[in-house]
Amino acid sequence: MQSRTLRIILTVFFIGLLATPFVIKRLSARKEPAPTTANASTALARYGLSFQESAKASGVNFTHAAPKLDPKLDHIMPQIASMGAAVSVVDFDRDGWQDVYLTNSEEGKSNILFKNLGNGRFSEMLGDNWGNGENSRKNGVSMGAVWGDYDNDGYEDLFVYKWGRPELYHNDGGKGFTRVSEQAGFPKWINANSAIWFDYDRDGRLDLFIAGYYDEKIDLWNLADTKMMPESFEYAQNGGRKYLFHNLGGGKFEEVAEHLGIKSRRWALAAVAADLRGTGYPDLFIANDYGVSELFFNDGGKKFREVGSQTGIGFAPKSGMTAAIGDALNRGAFAIYVSNISEEGVLIQGNNLWVPRAGTSGENLKFDNLARDLGVEIGGWSWGAQFGDLNNDGYQDIYLVNGYISADRNGSYWYDYSKVTGGNTAIISDAKNWPPMNNRSLSGYQQKKVWINDGAGQFKEVAQIVGVTDVYDGRSVALGDFTNSGKLDVVVANQKGPALLYKNTVAPDNKWIAFDLEGANSNRSAIGAQARIFWNGQQQAQEVTGGSGFCSQNQRRLHFGLGKGASVDRVEIRWPSGKTQTIRAPETNKIHKLKEA
Amino acid sequence: MPETITGTSMTSEVAAAPSSQPDAAQAKSASALSRFFSIENRYLAPMLITSILLVGQISYGLLESFTRTALAIGVAMLLELALGRLFYGKFPHLASSYISGISVGILIRSPAFWPYALCSAISITSKYVIRWKGRHLWNPSNFAICALLLLAPEAVSTLSIQWGNDKWPLIIVWVLGALITWRVKRFHITATYVASFIVFAALRGLITGHGFLAEVAPITGPMYQLFIFFMITDPRTTVKQRWAQCLVAFLVAAMEMVLRLAENIHAPYYALTIVGPVALAFEIWWTARKQAPAKT
Repeated sequence: MQSRTLRIILTVFFIGLLATPFVIKRLSARKEPAPTTANASTALARYGLSFQESAKASGVNFTHAAPKLDPKLDHIMPQIASMGAAVSVVDFDRDGWQDVYLTNSEEGKSNILFKNLGNGRFSEMLGDNWGNGENSRKNGVSMGAVWGDYDNDGYEDLFVYKWGRPELYHNDGGKGFTRVSEQAGFPKWINANSAIWFDYDRDGRLDLFIAGYYDEKIDLWNLADTKMMPESFEYAQNGGRKYLFHNLGGGKFEEVAEHLGIKSRRWALAAVAADLRGTGYPDLFIANDYGVSELFFNDGGKKFREVGSQTGIGFAPKSGMTAAIGDALNRGAFAIYVSNISEEGVLIQGNNLWVPRAGTSGENLKFDNLARDLGVEIGGWSWGAQFGDLNNDGYQDIYLVNGYISADRNGSYWYDYSKVTGGNTAIISDAKNWPPMNNRSLSGYQQKKVWINDGAGQFKEVAQIVGVTDVYDGRSVALGDFTNSGKLDVVVANQKGPALLYKNTVAPDNKWIAFDLEGANSNRSAIGAQARIFWNGQQQAQEVTGGSGFCSQNQRRLHFGLGKGASVDRVEIRWPSGKTQTIRAPETNKIHKLKEA
Repeated sequence: MPETITGTSMTSEVAAAPSSQPDAAQAKSASALSRFFSIENRYLAPMLITSILLVGQISYGLLESFTRTALAIGVAMLLELALGRLFYGKFPHLASSYISGISVGILIRSPAFWPYALCSAISITSKYVIRWKGRHLWNPSNFAICALLLLAPEAVSTLSIQWGNDKWPLIIVWVLGALITWRVKRFHITATYVASFIVFAALRGLITGHGFLAEVAPITGPMYQLFIFFMITDPRTTVKQRWAQCLVAFLVAAMEMVLRLAENIHAPYYALTIVGPVALAFEIWWTARKQAPAKT
């Protein structure tokens, strides 16, 4: 009898175990309000923001097209030619309005610079002297672009990285660009999917980091053989090399990556540089596809040391596709957000939010992945993401785009994909072993994520409610205040899809403050400058970056939301040169233009 | 009388496979090495799988994290102790629960912690709950992994990556695994399954037009190595006759082929979950039927 009772209790316990996933799902669902249809007033009232997609209405009429590579890849072409839609935000003519640059990847098609007219509309800059990217089979096609004033003449110059010949365009006073790639000394061909400007040695001149994806010896239009795929799904080290171009001045660069300790051949998809340790020198973070992320500590501009394992980020290989920094917890320290792949029932990598561990700093800096705890872990097949205070409540939110290949809605390539990716190097690394895609989707038609930071350690996903309802294959996302009205709008570049401009409406009672920084002894773009604001007993740090996210660059202007009724005690600016500047009680709801003293 | 659940009643206890008792003369003459690599050494399988885990983790960071795997092992062992004591009045040997926990810790992939604990708990508890005529029908960790894949697909996937790019870990695991399964008289199961898989891969290659290499690719990954050496060879959930064991291994591979043609990503787990209990139940029923006249 006793045994029988025990058995009944155990059976109930067993059923309870099997029911646990349902209970967890129900509890999670309770924490998040059910998505409702987009309604601006509801979204504003509930979350303090509302987006309206208005690209075409604003004159941003742009559709990305993919390249047509070697026919030997035809059977998996959607998978190979799956990148190249990129967006960067820049004020190229110094008129005070943020402009937009979009890349195209089809041979013969141009990248387009859209000038912000200041009246809510954009105008396409017509002609070949606006950095068209020289997209062709011979020169390769664009993958992304970053802006930085490499010659300190006050105008942001344009670097376009490609699967092909890197292109540097000098900005001629905002009146046109001149291609200066050969003079710069760049190699003839790099299969790059990431590049950033930063002044790694603080000599006042912007240097350029370029991260190869495919091996630079591979010409994707003329393959010698089909052994060009990663040698492993999570441990691949047969990707492109990394380049660090030290700016010598006079428009010339010298390549110093290996000399300074950057020798990785992982498949890099994103990079971001920021001073993570307070040394004054920017450290370098690389998000790698098919492997672990890498973090390079910058030793005084003289050496880079890979410290991924030491700091905790170098374990658990995933499929890193974005690298963005933000002060997620208002602690004055940067967290790093890395996007990965999550597909229900197949592969749950989860995105990473690397938050500096309390009590660690400097050489002993450690990071913990708090993506799950903070609620920003599952984003589908995630690509570009950016931090930004989208509702001006004083906390950094995250905007993420996703979706790999949206083709036949009724056909999925996931089974065939998983079949090969689990295989041995000899199998996975040869494209001819990959089953044909036959117009099937692979994590397509995914809903984007807008995670609003509640300031209490949780992010709420509100994309559908606040009006972000597209399901294009998002790649690159950049933030900018296109109306100079103190709110962050969003531009999205979609693979083989239209560019989107989500104009933001923010609750008017939330205050803000913004800073346009210009270096003097430092690089004039002020890339690497940190602003730290102190208000209402809290602080938030931001740094000007020369590229972040996936193939994207936000506006250089630093934008801080402040919440209701706030006044700022002080702002501390630390310039790349090391100089510091403090502004006490700066006016809120204003864009402050600051020059390095 | 409650039946005794021994430490051999779990996932992949190849080292604890039931066998005829060695006679005294054999035992005396056996060298220390032979004894170590013997069926009676119930620590052999745990040591092998631990070695695989350590090599995989140190070389390639195979695990989601050590802490998650430790959680899976801890829950499995604690629950085994508790249930063993509760139901049978004594603490059972923990080798098998260790293997269950470590299998779950390696094979389950999730950024969360709870699936590791839950999977281990389901694994151990299933042995005590789902029983027929004194035997549990499902390989416990296989059952638990399938349960989580079905019930929590949004939170759980399985190990599907490689042992890095170096062939040596693969070779070492195959050699050690083959050696040990051979020593404990289970290698024919592994060999039958592998041979069947390869033949079916060739057949699938013809049917799908994807080619042999694409179809055979999965078996070169670490998940399969754990599957073929530790899961399908589990003595407590395989049939007794040698020829029948080979037949069941073949049928698992055949069922897997059907599931693969239906593009089921977790085909091997589901194939074993479907075929294994049916075969075992048939054997139990058949044995009982044969013995029935003798009892009357």
